[in-house]
Amino acid sequence: MNTLLGLLHTGMRTIWDLLPIALIIFGFQFLYLQRPVPNLKKVLLGFFYVLVGLAFFLEGLELALFPLGKTMAAQLTDPEFLGIVHTENIHWLDYYWVYAFAFAIGYATTVAEPALLAVAIKANEVSGGAIGIWGLRNAVALGVALGLVLGTWRIVTGYPLHWFIISGYLIVLIQTVFAPRMIVALAYDSGGVTTSTVTVPLVAALGLGLAHNIPGRSALVDGFGLIAFASLFPIMTVLAHAQIAQWRAGRQPLSSPEN
Amino acid sequence: MNRLRVPISLQPLLNSLRDLLPIVIVVSTFQLLVIRQPLPNLLDLLLGILFVVIGLSLFVKGLEMGLFPIGQSMAHAFARKGSLGWLLLFAFALGFGTTIAEPALIAIAREASEIAAAAQLIHSSEDAMQRYALGLRYTVALSVGLAIVLGVMRIIRGWPIHWLIVGGYICIIIITEFAPREIIGIAYDSGGVTTSTITVPLVTALGVGLASSLQGRNPMTDGFGLIAFASLTPIMFVMLYGMVIH
Repeated sequence: MNTLLGLLHTGMRTIWDLLPIALIIFGFQFLYLQRPVPNLKKVLLGFFYVLVGLAFFLEGLELALFPLGKTMAAQLTDPEFLGIVHTENIHWLDYYWVYAFAFAIGYATTVAEPALLAVAIKANEVSGGAIGIWGLRNAVALGVALGLVLGTWRIVTGYPLHWFIISGYLIVLIQTVFAPRMIVALAYDSGGVTTSTVTVPLVAALGLGLAHNIPGRSALVDGFGLIAFASLFPIMTVLAHAQIAQWRAGRQPLSSPEN
Repeated sequence: MNRLRVPISLQPLLNSLRDLLPIVIVVSTFQLLVIRQPLPNLLDLLLGILFVVIGLSLFVKGLEMGLFPIGQSMAHAFARKGSLGWLLLFAFALGFGTTIAEPALIAIAREASEIAAAAQLIHSSEDAMQRYALGLRYTVALSVGLAIVLGVMRIIRGWPIHWLIVGGYICIIIITEFAPREIIGIAYDSGGVTTSTITVPLVTALGVGLASSLQGRNPMTDGFGLIAFASLTPIMFVMLYGMVIH
């Protein structure tokens, strides 16, 4: 009963979330393009599906993915599980299961991500076949996995997030200078594409749960940031992968320079 | 009238199952082999996973029926019509509207408001939390809208993407110096959250449509980069939001 009420409540709020895009689409269609909407009934039914789907999805997140991430974080950092007697001096290495979980979840969710497959196919076309589809997917998934490991390590140790991200930017900048021109825009895009709608809530909950459970950390200051790691690292791995592919392809430029 | 028939296709259902499958496999492996403790509220978890699968399937199905075909044909129409002012207005509106409806952002903003309330940064009333979450989302949406405008200008003028990215990075580094510590994590995360289910297909359609309708532009290379901007500007704007709010 509670679940049903929650669903209804979320559904009502979801209307407000979809109103702007509905107004924009129909507004521009009528005012500027001045043509009727083709298949209006189907479009309206589509909007209805989106509304109901969004309500179910958000309710499901609250019921499953958020608690799951937080429970995993709590269980994996439990001193009893780690076999730690003195909780006052825990070494960051003691949390090795956290890093293992972060790696596994990052790799598995990314390799299966459909949006990434689309990017990989495009990269394959752009590079004239020098960048293999599977190789790129593997590189990006590895990037997300390593990013999450480093991100969870940062939460454990409590170092400021921006040190890592800004260093990451610098590495990306240096890579950009040497990477094949054609791949640059695609590589930058891949950073945003890899973190899917299902992965983001789980990873966020994992980070918040870790910061909550590890002594001396606060959810507010240390809990966020995992998604930033998961978005930045694929840029590095895609650029690196393109560079390696170019180097292997006989050190010829992959294509003509931009513009 | 044939088109009115509701297409009964299992494809979206299969897709959202496939999205969840790696998570289920990894989590259950760890539960069974490593942690070996009963999961609390297992029934709620299963119900929630069912909701996520149903919700995501319906959501994607609905997008494919309505928003995507219209949005994409509009993006192409605007890209071809040639009035720069209208094109930029549409670009902004598209980025803004899709971001407000982005499910992951709704979820993260809600979570952020709970954390902020628990830390007594804001009032812990339902009202104050909703205002904070909504403020966060409008900030992100505004910044994505501006990012798309910038990206469209880049495609038209042919500006090299890396200079804009470098400029963006430098801006982020400078603003980070002045931003309150509590907002930095959410700000950096919001860059990755904004661009997913709704935003990417529509914005990519705009970019590729624009690049293919312009002389001397290659849709393969010039059409991309819009998403990259949309991952950068939210970081700056959310930090500014934090400087105002906290």
